[in-house]
Amino acid sequence: TIFTPEQLDAYQDCTFFTRKEILRLFYRYRDLAPQLVPLDYTDKPDVTLPYELIGSMPELKDNPFRQRIAEVFSEDGDGNMTLDDFLDMFSVLSEMAPRDLKAYYAFKIYDFNNDDYICKSDLEKTVNKLTRNELTPEEVSLVCDKVIYEADVDNDGKLSLEDFQHMIVRAPDFLSTFHIRI
Amino acid sequence: DGSDVDNEESSAAENDDNVKGTDKGGKKTTPRTRRGRGRGRGRHGGEEDEEDEDGTRRAGHRRNRNRRGRGRAAENEGNDSDGGAEKDRKNQTNQKSKEDDGDEEDEKGGRSGKGKNEKKQDKKPDKKGKKEKANKKKKDKKKSASGSDSDSEEEPITEEELAKLKEEVEEKKKLIATLRNKPWKMKKKLSVLKEAQLFVEKFEGALGKGKGKKFYAYKVMMTKKWMKFQRDFENFKTACIPWEMKIKEIESHFGSSVASYFIFLRWMYGINMILFGLTFGLVMVPEALMGKPYGSLPRKTVPRAEEATAMNFATLWDFSGFAQYSVLFYGYYNNQRTIGWLKFRMPLSYFLVGVGTIGYSFMIVIRTMAKNANDDGGGDDTSFNFSWKMFTSWDYLIGNPETADNKFASITTSFKEAIVEEQESRKEENIHLTRFLRVLANFLALCTLAGSGYLIFFVVRRSQKFALEGLENYGWWERNEVNMVMSLLGMFCPTLFDVISSLENYHPRIALRWQLGRIFALFLGNLYTFIIALMDEINLKARYLLPFTIFNMYLEEKIVKYNMTIWEASLYNGTIPENSTAPPIEVDPADVPRGPCWETMVGQEFVRLTVSDTMTTYITILIGDFLRAVFVRFFNYCWCWDLEYGFPSYSEFDISGNVLGLIFNQGMIWMGSFYAPCLPAINVFRLHTSMYLQCWAVMCCNVPQERVFKASRSNNFYMAMLLFILFLSTLPAVYTIVSIPPSFDCGPFSGKTRMFEVISETLEHDFPSWFGKVFGYASNPGLILPFILLMVLSIYYLNATSKSYKEANLELKKKLQSVRNR
Repeated sequence: TIFTPEQLDAYQDCTFFTRKEILRLFYRYRDLAPQLVPLDYTDKPDVTLPYELIGSMPELKDNPFRQRIAEVFSEDGDGNMTLDDFLDMFSVLSEMAPRDLKAYYAFKIYDFNNDDYICKSDLEKTVNKLTRNELTPEEVSLVCDKVIYEADVDNDGKLSLEDFQHMIVRAPDFLSTFHIRI
Repeated sequence: DGSDVDNEESSAAENDDNVKGTDKGGKKTTPRTRRGRGRGRGRHGGEEDEEDEDGTRRAGHRRNRNRRGRGRAAENEGNDSDGGAEKDRKNQTNQKSKEDDGDEEDEKGGRSGKGKNEKKQDKKPDKKGKKEKANKKKKDKKKSASGSDSDSEEEPITEEELAKLKEEVEEKKKLIATLRNKPWKMKKKLSVLKEAQLFVEKFEGALGKGKGKKFYAYKVMMTKKWMKFQRDFENFKTACIPWEMKIKEIESHFGSSVASYFIFLRWMYGINMILFGLTFGLVMVPEALMGKPYGSLPRKTVPRAEEATAMNFATLWDFSGFAQYSVLFYGYYNNQRTIGWLKFRMPLSYFLVGVGTIGYSFMIVIRTMAKNANDDGGGDDTSFNFSWKMFTSWDYLIGNPETADNKFASITTSFKEAIVEEQESRKEENIHLTRFLRVLANFLALCTLAGSGYLIFFVVRRSQKFALEGLENYGWWERNEVNMVMSLLGMFCPTLFDVISSLENYHPRIALRWQLGRIFALFLGNLYTFIIALMDEINLKARYLLPFTIFNMYLEEKIVKYNMTIWEASLYNGTIPENSTAPPIEVDPADVPRGPCWETMVGQEFVRLTVSDTMTTYITILIGDFLRAVFVRFFNYCWCWDLEYGFPSYSEFDISGNVLGLIFNQGMIWMGSFYAPCLPAINVFRLHTSMYLQCWAVMCCNVPQERVFKASRSNNFYMAMLLFILFLSTLPAVYTIVSIPPSFDCGPFSGKTRMFEVISETLEHDFPSWFGKVFGYASNPGLILPFILLMVLSIYYLNATSKSYKEANLELKKKLQSVRNR
């Protein structure tokens, strides 16, 4: 057995996954590096997979934000993930996760400099990642200014979590795009 | 303070096993020992620690506090500023989580590992000092009140304590239930979970004291069992969901909008499975097992005249012959009140299943609509244009480099367009020309609709003519003309609408709405024209061009009955038996003359329509997508222009067309399943094969859409259309149940004047007499009219309140705008 029944129950309480899905996710985690990940997790081994392995997963490899996603969910903030982080990540990105939870993590992902605000430089990085640097700097600047104008409620020139949540909660596509099926 | 910190570290160290440095400081923890509890007790004054029974919680709280990563020195005094700041930060991040409990727990940790009493007090904006004093008092009480590890020192627990304790336990339970919604790291969640579970376990035992102990213990046990059952059921349900991997593959290649069609298809499949279960289990199987077998009654036997061809494949494909005289259609069922040794009420079951399928469908469609409406949030398009483009345009489901390239390109284009729109005001195009073109386009669309309606009417009339002259004289096309024409119209008219809409020059989203509306009108018009023409056909069957259906049927019934008496008389060699003493002559049921059975005929028409629709769809996919792709791929080498980029290139997956096709197909099923119980079964089979065929076709022959623009708001639009179609489909069935007398010679309601009389019959025979009386009173118009009035009034009231909420919303938005612009 990989997990004790108590562990499985605890994971089921802490994520949106069922038993079968948790086991499936474990096998996906293990497939990334079979020699590093033991088959027996009953004694909670301290195994961390480096970011390169995580970023090469088929679900993530084409995503321009994969590095940020891994960083947000990893314990050390560098993208190296334990099994717990792995489960957490896919639980938040699953379709059962509620809007507020997703909004919180989306904010973290788009906050490149981790200062709890999405400032103009974060926005610029986001746009460039989305368009693969195809827009001119003036266009990028215009877009970022527009975004701040639209979403910044408390007028501090950057987006706080409340601003972001207030804006994203009305977006019709947010739930369907901020979703990874595994 | 330093010592405090030390103490904390080691006591934190006594924590849960699997919890490693959860706080920013990364302090390690080790399994808890009894030492900690002892120490905790010693740290009375400033710590406000709980007693032994809270050992775990306390340690946990201490750990929580550690997580803050700041000097725990200021446990009591410095707590205020610390706790305050912490509270602010935590509140910020946890704002949206519905449960404040977790919040409280966390930042309260700062204050100390307190009991829930204190937590509750924290919720009120009291002075901290006061709180702490009160906490202390409560703690003391608790120390004395609640037992320690052993329940030996049982002091009488006051009711108040008990109630408070119960509340805390309930809160912990709620926390456990909503733990997965909290934006915490997994480690923290796991430790909080363990802590909460231990607390609940411990106190549930303690709470069992006092009155109602046994009952409480029993309740607790039942709740646990129920939760376990729920969890197992959830596991089972997710294991049952089919095609998950297929949909994932499509999502990664085509994005979420194309995949939404397949998710919709899967949902329809689920509904049809349930409908199939109802009709199969409660109607078809009982009749097959317990009803009279084939050949025992005239209505269950193929007439002598048709016997020769009854087993031919052509006849069976047409759903006549043996297929017609089987449980698949209405006419086979006998009108015996009860059948078999189980005394199964067949006619009642048939009626209730018919009504039940409609009721269930309504319920589930409305429930899904409500859920979708909740998710939507109903925002407006323009206020967050750029923000939404930036944060919601990337589709995280994409797992394929080519699709990703497409997506990047479309996002770039979308940004550039938005920038251009932003920078210059839109040039005023020649408005008169645009208006004229739009009017012209609408006119053309109307012509198309009218033309298609007339064509269907004409074709149905022609098929009646053929039927009168005998179908054997005509080839395959004449026999299936109606179905083929309807399917072909459904195939070509939408493309025509697409071409027409290019005249109109609308924004894509608006153009899509017009397109959907027109296709909807087309399908609806076709279906209703078909039904009207069919009804006419039923009328005409008696060969007397009488305008009134009922009188027509009545007359027909009389004719056939008369014929039958004459025929019976012929059996007795001319003498009409006056009483029943003459021995009944054995007649083979196949030879008995039959009355008309319009219900079976209607059922057959619907089945034939469904089958031909399916065939047309499949052939369209094979020819339109597959052959086209093969042609483009292999003939590209020897063609003058690049087939892959120019015309015809690979096809894109037409989401709206397919979804509408699915919806209308379902409408046909709903309409016809009362007359042909086999329809849900056929539809289940059809959806199953559709899934595989279309998944294969999409992956093999289609390319991702270039202009990826989201029609995601259309989600609820499709549901609304489904609801509308459901409503319209049930109208004919309800009409026939209520006003048209059933055929006298076939079906479970034969011999009654109206189909719903089976209900009154059941009330008479199977229920005690007072039940019937109550029903009689309840169906009194004097009672029903006020009830309807009440419902109308409540609808008006709800409408008024919803309007006022919308206005309040608008006011707030305006205020926000004005604050922003300041």
